[in-house]
Amino acid sequence: MGSGASTQHHFAFQNAEKAFKAAALIQRWYRRYMARLEMRRHCTWSIFQSIEYAGQQDQVKLHNFFSYLVDHFTPSSHNERDFLNRMFTEERSPRDSEMENCRDYESIEVLDSYTGPRLSFPLLPDHATALVEAFRVKQRLHARYVLNLLYEARKHLVQLPNINRVSTCYSEEITVCGDLHGQLDDLIFIFYKNGLPSPERAYVFNGDFVDRGKDSVEILMVLFAFMLVYPKEFHLNRGNHEDHMVNLRYGFTKEVMHKYKTHGKKILKLLQDVFCWLPLATLVDEKVLILHGGVSDMTDLEFLAKLDRHKIVSTMRCKTRKEHKKQAEKGKANQTSSAGRPSPWFLPQSRSPPTSPLRPSSQKAHRAGRSSSVPCRVPLDPNELSHWARHSMDLELERCRQQAGFPVIKEKEEPLPLASEADPEAEGGPEPTQEAWRQVVDILWSDPMAQAGCKANTVRGGGCYFGPNVTERLLQKYNLQFLIRSHECKPEGYEFCHGRKVLTIFSASNYYEVGSNRGAYVKLGPALTPHIVQFQANKATHTLTMRQRISRVGESALRALHEKLFAHSSDLLVEFKKHDKDKTGLITLSDWAAAVESVLHLGLPWRMLRPQLVSSLTDNKLEYKSWLKNLAKEQFSHENIQSSLLEALYRNRSNLETIFRIIDSDHSGFISLDEFRQTWKLFSSHMNIDVTDDCICDLARSIDFNKDGHIDINEFLEAFRLVEQSCSKGYASDC
Amino acid sequence: MADDRSREGTETAVAEFHKKIKEAFEVFDHESNNTVDVREIGTIIRSLGCCPSEGELHDLIAEVEEEEPTGYIRFEKFLPVMTEVLLERRYRPIPEDILLRAFEVLDPAKRGFLSKEELIKYMTEEGEPFSQEEMEEMLSAAVDPESNSIHFKDYITMMVIDEN
Repeated sequence: MGSGASTQHHFAFQNAEKAFKAAALIQRWYRRYMARLEMRRHCTWSIFQSIEYAGQQDQVKLHNFFSYLVDHFTPSSHNERDFLNRMFTEERSPRDSEMENCRDYESIEVLDSYTGPRLSFPLLPDHATALVEAFRVKQRLHARYVLNLLYEARKHLVQLPNINRVSTCYSEEITVCGDLHGQLDDLIFIFYKNGLPSPERAYVFNGDFVDRGKDSVEILMVLFAFMLVYPKEFHLNRGNHEDHMVNLRYGFTKEVMHKYKTHGKKILKLLQDVFCWLPLATLVDEKVLILHGGVSDMTDLEFLAKLDRHKIVSTMRCKTRKEHKKQAEKGKANQTSSAGRPSPWFLPQSRSPPTSPLRPSSQKAHRAGRSSSVPCRVPLDPNELSHWARHSMDLELERCRQQAGFPVIKEKEEPLPLASEADPEAEGGPEPTQEAWRQVVDILWSDPMAQAGCKANTVRGGGCYFGPNVTERLLQKYNLQFLIRSHECKPEGYEFCHGRKVLTIFSASNYYEVGSNRGAYVKLGPALTPHIVQFQANKATHTLTMRQRISRVGESALRALHEKLFAHSSDLLVEFKKHDKDKTGLITLSDWAAAVESVLHLGLPWRMLRPQLVSSLTDNKLEYKSWLKNLAKEQFSHENIQSSLLEALYRNRSNLETIFRIIDSDHSGFISLDEFRQTWKLFSSHMNIDVTDDCICDLARSIDFNKDGHIDINEFLEAFRLVEQSCSKGYASDC
Repeated sequence: MADDRSREGTETAVAEFHKKIKEAFEVFDHESNNTVDVREIGTIIRSLGCCPSEGELHDLIAEVEEEEPTGYIRFEKFLPVMTEVLLERRYRPIPEDILLRAFEVLDPAKRGFLSKEELIKYMTEEGEPFSQEEMEEMLSAAVDPESNSIHFKDYITMMVIDEN
């Protein structure tokens, strides 16, 4: 009858069932593993973003520092007054006649021993291609050619309108690229993959060519070269980093001075001018608007098209015309008496009014993958205040500055017409109007948000967050199809939002770390449908599994986080102790997470990150003192420097570096011991850092390695491992 | 007395779970409006320490979805359900030795490895089949390129270390 057969069946069935179950178990386990990787990837991204934006909030702290100086510091000596003046005045921006004098590049000799690329003008396509190739094999362009190229680029840019109009009739396709940030590999990759620029292949580069990466100079040279060779097909938009003030902080100035020690200063000066001649936006077929940051509810394209973009030398300050002072005085009755403080010329004028204490609030402004913390100046009611601020704050600041008798920017005082503010045509003065400056800041600094409305961009300290309704209104008003912008790093290199009406395109792959993100560019055909191409310009990443990629990026993020934690050791200790009333030396992990967030304000998922930050536990609790000690051990190499001082240096390094570079007005890379001491003294007293004078002197002296009374800024930062990874590769000396 | 203490203990546990759940949820709340895409719920649940099967996951999603599914899950609905899951210690992760035994079931000849083809067959035809993407990703880390096979004991060890 087959009881044997049915037994066999039975076994077979059992085995099949077992196999089925085994497979299901393995799959279940595997899916959980992948989910945890995915979560780690998101957390890592959050770390990078929040640290990046926390860095931008440093600007606000710097602003406060200088306000503090203005309010509280009375220079007691001639030296100190000089020193202050150095921080608060600036060289006059170059005039047109001076620009003509920049032809003195012709006097720069190129030695026969120079083996780098040589340029002759007018440039031919072959020259541009050869330039790319030369840079690909790491050659350096001679300063003479750099200056020559910049000079020619400027001549071309001057003729362009603020809003460049491009048509797809002429070239078959247009490729739009986003931020490059000095990453030459990505540019080369794009040309390799998409093809070099040509009359049939138009390109638009949407700003932020420089800063952060190590080859900003080379990128600029290539972009300008192609612009000269294909003026009708190759287009550049200005980004917020095409700005000499931003460059001071984010590395481009440093790169130029390193690569061109002799002529760097001349190059920087010419660049300062070239940057403000870059067009502000590009319009494709009257339908697709391409600009770097975004828009605001006040964006007026007609106004933007007419303003004198050359006057906006830097979006980091606004020199307003005198008549605003008159208006301010007239309208005094309407203004609230805020504690309006004079504002140094080189710091961003935030939309939000100054509020007194420097307590970062825990209010979440805008997250979308970035820090939820808000810097010192929290607007009480963003919408209201932003309108208010727009009209009165800067007037108030200007008035206070004048009142304080402050040694501020004094350009040649020209007799100004009594034309009202509403007449943008009557721009006789050298300074831009308030409105012009505003409009430009908005399009260079703003970010889209998911919520409706338009509010001040407190994270960046300039521009706004604009909602889908703002986009919709603008598109309708000007009969546009969609917006292409850049300005924000995205994991996939691009991101649609606002119902696919806004496309963010970002072309710097591996921006935070190898494997952190893809880059992308977008092609527009005649139908103007966007076609995205992604890439990651590092062959190594392709061979890594997702697991390896995520862990590598994760390590890098963790290192950055460790450093941040170390920089706040003292505050953390105080906070931990609050949770340890019984003085056991232990706190729960929940308390640890709460304490860390309350000190760092990075809005990170600390409980998720905890396993990677806290390894050893006693009874499921943390011995916080030894944990902090371990953090310190990882960080510093100078045993003899007081640890709290070190902490303070770490915490404020980006501001310190910026201040140093401002003081180092001739870009020599050196500041005197005295200047260092003065800076540190002022800064530490403002930040309530407790350091004795002796300590400062010791520190200064220990940094002056060759004892010549001067401190090399880079050596100083290097000594405390404060230099960004990319710079540690070092630069060869110039030609 | 004992009741009070145990209640207090549960309350603390619940409070702690709430914080954990909120954190994990917020990682995917891209619009900061207390909702996440339903496709991310699996990741969130699994990263909170649970190891549900696909079927169990679908059941959970059904519990937290809206009456009329919108494609989004709201935090208010997710929190209580997830808290229960954590309190009841549902969907516990799979211990290493059980995982090893599962591989051994698929290797009745006791060779200590599976061929690439065998693994593909099992993972894409049995249980709750993998998508092609999942299969490729697993292969990229698991397969020893020289022998084209998966030495599962080593594989498990490597993955487990990696997690920690």
